[in-house]
Amino acid sequence: MVTMKDYTESIPIAWCPGCGNFAILQALRKALVDLGIEPHQVLFVSGIGQAPKLPHYTHGNVFNGLHGRTLPAATGAKIANHELVVVGIDGDGGAYGEGISHLLATMRRNVNMTYMAHNNQVYGLTKGQASPTSDLGFVTKTTPLGASQPVNPLALALASNVSFLARGFAGDIEHLSTLLKMGIEHRGFALIDILQPCVSFNHKNTYQWYRERVYKVEDESGYDSSDKITAFAKAQEWGDRIPIGLIYRKERPVYEEQLPALREITLVKQKINPLQYEALLDEFV
Amino acid sequence: MASHLNVMVGGEAGQGVQSVGMILAKTMAHGGLHVFADQDYENRVRGGHNFFRVRASDREVLALSGELDILVALNKETIDLHQNELKDSGVIILDQEQTKTKARGERYFNVPLGRIAEDTVKNKLMTNTVAVGAAIGLYDYDFDLLAAVLRKEFARHGEKIAEDNVTAAQAGFDFTREHGSQRLSQKIQPISGSNRRMFLNGNEALALGAMAGGCKFITGYPMTPASPILEYLADKGQHHNVVAVHVEDEIAAMNMAIGAAYAGVRAMVATSGGGFCLMVEGLALAGMTETPVVVVLGQRPGPATGMPTRTEQGELWFALHAGHGEFPRAILAPATADEAFSTMIKAFNLAEKYQTPVIVLTDHHIATSYATVDRFDLKQVKIDRGELLSDEELDKSDDYKRHTVTESGISPRALPGQGKTLVVTDSDEHDEAGHLIEDAETRNQQNLKRLRKLSGLKAEINSPKFHKSQNAKFTLIGWGSTYGAIREAAELLKEGGIVVNVLHLSEIWPFPAEAVSSALNSGAKSIVIESNYTAQMAQLIRRETGHKVSGNILKFDGRPFSPEEIVVRLKKEVL
Repeated sequence: MVTMKDYTESIPIAWCPGCGNFAILQALRKALVDLGIEPHQVLFVSGIGQAPKLPHYTHGNVFNGLHGRTLPAATGAKIANHELVVVGIDGDGGAYGEGISHLLATMRRNVNMTYMAHNNQVYGLTKGQASPTSDLGFVTKTTPLGASQPVNPLALALASNVSFLARGFAGDIEHLSTLLKMGIEHRGFALIDILQPCVSFNHKNTYQWYRERVYKVEDESGYDSSDKITAFAKAQEWGDRIPIGLIYRKERPVYEEQLPALREITLVKQKINPLQYEALLDEFV
Repeated sequence: MASHLNVMVGGEAGQGVQSVGMILAKTMAHGGLHVFADQDYENRVRGGHNFFRVRASDREVLALSGELDILVALNKETIDLHQNELKDSGVIILDQEQTKTKARGERYFNVPLGRIAEDTVKNKLMTNTVAVGAAIGLYDYDFDLLAAVLRKEFARHGEKIAEDNVTAAQAGFDFTREHGSQRLSQKIQPISGSNRRMFLNGNEALALGAMAGGCKFITGYPMTPASPILEYLADKGQHHNVVAVHVEDEIAAMNMAIGAAYAGVRAMVATSGGGFCLMVEGLALAGMTETPVVVVLGQRPGPATGMPTRTEQGELWFALHAGHGEFPRAILAPATADEAFSTMIKAFNLAEKYQTPVIVLTDHHIATSYATVDRFDLKQVKIDRGELLSDEELDKSDDYKRHTVTESGISPRALPGQGKTLVVTDSDEHDEAGHLIEDAETRNQQNLKRLRKLSGLKAEINSPKFHKSQNAKFTLIGWGSTYGAIREAAELLKEGGIVVNVLHLSEIWPFPAEAVSSALNSGAKSIVIESNYTAQMAQLIRRETGHKVSGNILKFDGRPFSPEEIVVRLKKEVL
């Protein structure tokens, strides 16, 4: 039986003490253990930043690629071997800045994978510049006049017909772990936006700041996560009250399940057979 | 005397210029003749001026060459622009009504194409088919071969349409026999009993080569001249378990192909220069993560959008230096449609064997020009997946490391999900296990390991083709798609008393320096012929061998070299 030990790696961790990433890593390990998934069944795909280092600090197959390009690489790997449990990991820079076009396209396609966007509203690895989700007016070295209007990842995802959308908080490991489990079990693309305090560079959106504001949508009586209009209204909330939990879920056809080539076995298990193309040559004769 | 044909069909985009030309070309190919055909078109869907040229012969033809026997003019502009390319004895087929001309004289053969189509099959859309019949008639060629091609081409539209086309073509053929049989002295006959060759363009050969070479995954964003490769695999792949993904941009294309290749399938992208620009960061990722990926880079004139439907060889240095940092790569530049097929198979083998990107450098000319080739022999296709560990081998190693340091630089490859092994890789510098590192010693080990693969790769590169002649005064040097024009130019020069060697590179990187050096040692003056301004191959030869070429014949107007042009410019600029 798989245990937390199977997801423990001895490599020294390069995150700052108190970083929200520690809690997110813990929540992810717990979700995988609870689901009984073994490390060799998982493929972690990540980009560049502090969050995308996460796969090195646990166990699994790892493709740690380029900044912002996690989703195309993950999609390619998932199509090649759809038996892999694919988990993408990025920060808000990779997910909502450099890689935003890929996020839109992957949500449209509805590839069966889980995408964790560690959203700390600031660039950590490059030391404190504004991110696409920094609050309006957030002053940093690259934005001395203040950051412009932030991206609203939840509204963006809903507008792109995402089939699973949740928001977690690094300050609540249990709750986040539950959302990750639901995301991994979901048939289709699951975006999990994770509110993550940055103890080094974001002195505004702190643990304390979030704790005073976050609330769970499931605690509100009658919240219907299959209703896109309701979800859209939740996506507009920011400031005094910030919703977390399962915002929206609606299954729809999964990209790779519609590919005729994957109907019987994974693409990677299919033998190469040049002779099958004899009839194609006839068309040119 | 050699039996040959030289025809041009011209008209507006949307008039069916290409389909007339293709039917004519296929009819010749069906008769066992060697055929070369090329289309000149503009970056638009309707209007403008397009033309399609067909050359057929009972001997091998490698390029368009020579004056026209027949010009099929679907509009007046075609007559104005191209009648000077006609032989003195040549004939222009035109419909005076359709082209709104009253051209009179020996060379103008008025065939009422539209009226014949109306009268025989009551379908103006078959006007062009009448024109093909008329052209075939002028050559006294076998009508049954045309009928067979029409039946095959139109079969998917149903029997009625197919038979109506045959009827329309027969009417055009008969009209010529009745009213113009003496107009053209040039005749052409099928070669009986010959093996049927394939007739296809470079893109089709690349696509077939990719599939035969085991490609299971292609991603791309349409861009001329490479789009037909993605389209072909998307179409045929549905029935042959190849996945094609039309992605949001070329950045996604490259990274998705790399993801698929990492997970163990043969994967490729096909693009042109602008798209390749977006892929370049990914190319370095493939180098760093040692992921096999094949890139077809179909060049067209740049910079920027350049001339989308024209040709150039301006991206040799780009292909050579693309990507940040240093990593091994191979660059292959097929010279013919035949080579395009085998090159793709080699590209996939090299990519997997050396776990690194391979660039197949083509251009608009080879991509879109058609040629007859001997049928590809699928039984000869060898798949070499390199050091890919079997499940049994993997079971034996309990401490698998993706980037193990080896003498060859090649680390045995396992795939994610294969057994209990974990496959870890990183775009950061990493250790043998694939985890990111900062220390100098590990960096050196890994960088040296990756770059050691170059020496193995170098040994895989075929020497350039060297067509050597006794007492040659010049060695004409080319690479990629210029092969046909240069070979035919050499023939023309020989007829005029100038003997030349031809040295042609189809496999460019790692550079076959020794073979090039020894070929250029003969004492003949070396002349590089290439479609760019900066003489990129000439400079590469100098860099890799120290040999400074004696002269260059360069061209960057977007049009392919013709053999005649090479001869004229050699005499004018070099002699």
